[in-house]
Amino acid sequence: MGQITVENLYKIFGSKPRKGLELLNKGLDKTEVLEKTGMTVGVNNASFTIEDGEIFVIMGLSGSGKSTIVRMLNRLIEPTAGRVLVNGEDITAMSDDELVKFRLHNMSMVFQSFALMPHQTVLDNAAFGLELAGVDKAKRHERAREALEQVGLAGWEDQYPKQLSGGMQQRVGLARGLAVDPEILLMDEAFSALDPLIRTEMQDELINLQEEHQRTIVFISHDLDEALRIGDRIAIMEGGSVVQVGTPDEILQNPANDYVRAFFRGVDPTGVISAGDIVRDSHPTIVLTRGGSLRIAHEILSGSELEYAYVLDSRRHFLGVVSSEGIRNALEAGLPEHPLSQVYLTEAKSVHKDDSMQDILPQVAASTWPIPVVDDDNRYLGVVSKNRFLKTLHKTEVALSDGGDQ
Amino acid sequence: MFQDAIIPLDQWVSVAVEWLVDNYREFFQMLKWPVDKLLTGFEHGLNTVHPLVVIAVVCFLAWKFSGKRLAIFSLASMLLVGFLGLWEDTMITLAMVLSSVVICALIGIPFGIMSGRSDRFEAGLRPVLDAMQTTPAFVYLVPIVMLFSVGNVAGVLATIIFALPPIIRLTSLGIRQVHPELVEAAQAFGATRWQVLIKVQIPLALPTILAGLNQTIMMALSMVVIAALIGAGGLGSPVILGLNTLDIGRAVVGGLGIVLMAIVLDRITQSMAQKK
Repeated sequence: MGQITVENLYKIFGSKPRKGLELLNKGLDKTEVLEKTGMTVGVNNASFTIEDGEIFVIMGLSGSGKSTIVRMLNRLIEPTAGRVLVNGEDITAMSDDELVKFRLHNMSMVFQSFALMPHQTVLDNAAFGLELAGVDKAKRHERAREALEQVGLAGWEDQYPKQLSGGMQQRVGLARGLAVDPEILLMDEAFSALDPLIRTEMQDELINLQEEHQRTIVFISHDLDEALRIGDRIAIMEGGSVVQVGTPDEILQNPANDYVRAFFRGVDPTGVISAGDIVRDSHPTIVLTRGGSLRIAHEILSGSELEYAYVLDSRRHFLGVVSSEGIRNALEAGLPEHPLSQVYLTEAKSVHKDDSMQDILPQVAASTWPIPVVDDDNRYLGVVSKNRFLKTLHKTEVALSDGGDQ
Repeated sequence: MFQDAIIPLDQWVSVAVEWLVDNYREFFQMLKWPVDKLLTGFEHGLNTVHPLVVIAVVCFLAWKFSGKRLAIFSLASMLLVGFLGLWEDTMITLAMVLSSVVICALIGIPFGIMSGRSDRFEAGLRPVLDAMQTTPAFVYLVPIVMLFSVGNVAGVLATIIFALPPIIRLTSLGIRQVHPELVEAAQAFGATRWQVLIKVQIPLALPTILAGLNQTIMMALSMVVIAALIGAGGLGSPVILGLNTLDIGRAVVGGLGIVLMAIVLDRITQSMAQKK
């Protein structure tokens, strides 16, 4: 379990944060508070919930408060006001001892600058959290070895961090975070210091690790591509406030303001929005219970105005597509009791709900029928028609350019 | 314009010191006790073992931390000092330096750590350290003699006052130079304040702390002659004696002994710091 709830969280840097808080509550904004009191508003009334097991990306430009907010999740920075609940437990109310225990077992962190201990070997670095927890040497080395293996660093245990490349150092940082087996992993711009190629590699690595063992990952980034690649959901921060929280395509299709629009401008929406996002259950389905016949299919199709019907089994697994023309031809040929399967459109293939619009574009373009979309178990979810595809493109285009021209 | 309103600070200080001597001499004599024990321990040890043992230990340390060259130089210096007839004086000086350095480290490292972790503590400590380093030794020699009487122990105490600041300053610097992200990382993984200190700050500050120790040793050596003024023995006494009797040769021989010891101790401790 690793659900995090952030409630009305504030951080004001300065000598009298209470005073700044009052001014914010009176409706002044960040710049006005700075002018009046000289104090910086780091985070201004942030509230959101991070679900168990998701990768939640907090994105914003530098100075937007994203690094401050992640440090308030484990109280490396004390919040000025507000609460952080992890699985219902209030982190902000913990005593120092409780906090130490919480950090030891529930939450670990990966840093932008790696922050490895230069005087310790790779193995000892990976075992650092366990060492602090008082795990005996043999056991912590064993677990550190496993963690290093997970990140592909087996054989490097006895080296020192300095002897490793940046990408490898961050793998050690990741192994250090994984070795304590936390429910929650905080990653503060963890890949920002790496070369683009290595960065992509690490992102893939993270996604793989997440598939093996789901954790709640809070990932701070200023890189939109990164956020879109790895984020299940994204929170966008501007000037200390959270301006929008949602899945990548929710934000893309419905940006909250110009700041968000500016972020997403230049992003190709077809790479972000997936078939599952735009699927519609607009076409008739034929459930094939006992063989199913052409005649029944004919009945169903002629009842609707539509040209195509989708054939499923009793558990809604996708079997094939039939067209009214194909059925008519078969009926005219005098085969009314023949199984439906002989008139399936042979070229009609289903696509997976996670396939992006980009991935399914060739099929959408080449087919006269709407493309059926299925989930992991090949269960039918609906279809994506040409019309729907184009409308989505148009809508995001408008959404993104909208306020931008004003 | 100042003639009519001179502040009689000099008289106040004299009165204060006399009052301290009258009322608290016992207390100050008590302070002497641990210093005395330490010093006589070192002195006794260095003077009872055979000179070759001392030479062997010094050469071994030189070889271990630096290499063959320093070991040979140390051997030559120690032999020369012996054949110049300075062996006993050298051992007394070495004992005094070692005792003051041990005490400086015991006091200085904890103070340095506190000052490294607290800006307020450092701000309060800094003028005290400045005063300790810049006040001419002659100013505090008299009250030290009044409170602790003359001899080696008083010499060690005067040396401590002068040699303590560098180890405090460099320990503090070393702690402060530890990258804040490393401290933050340790905290994020659940380190207590004590664990941050033991597992991160001290190990990473160690080279700087050792550089401070090296500085403290050098400062302690430079006090040897001044300490001899208040009756401390060792390599300072031939210098003072030579000075008083215009026996230039004697003074130079004593001075040469100090220089050779300084070089040997400096090189050994410096390579210790570098090796870490």
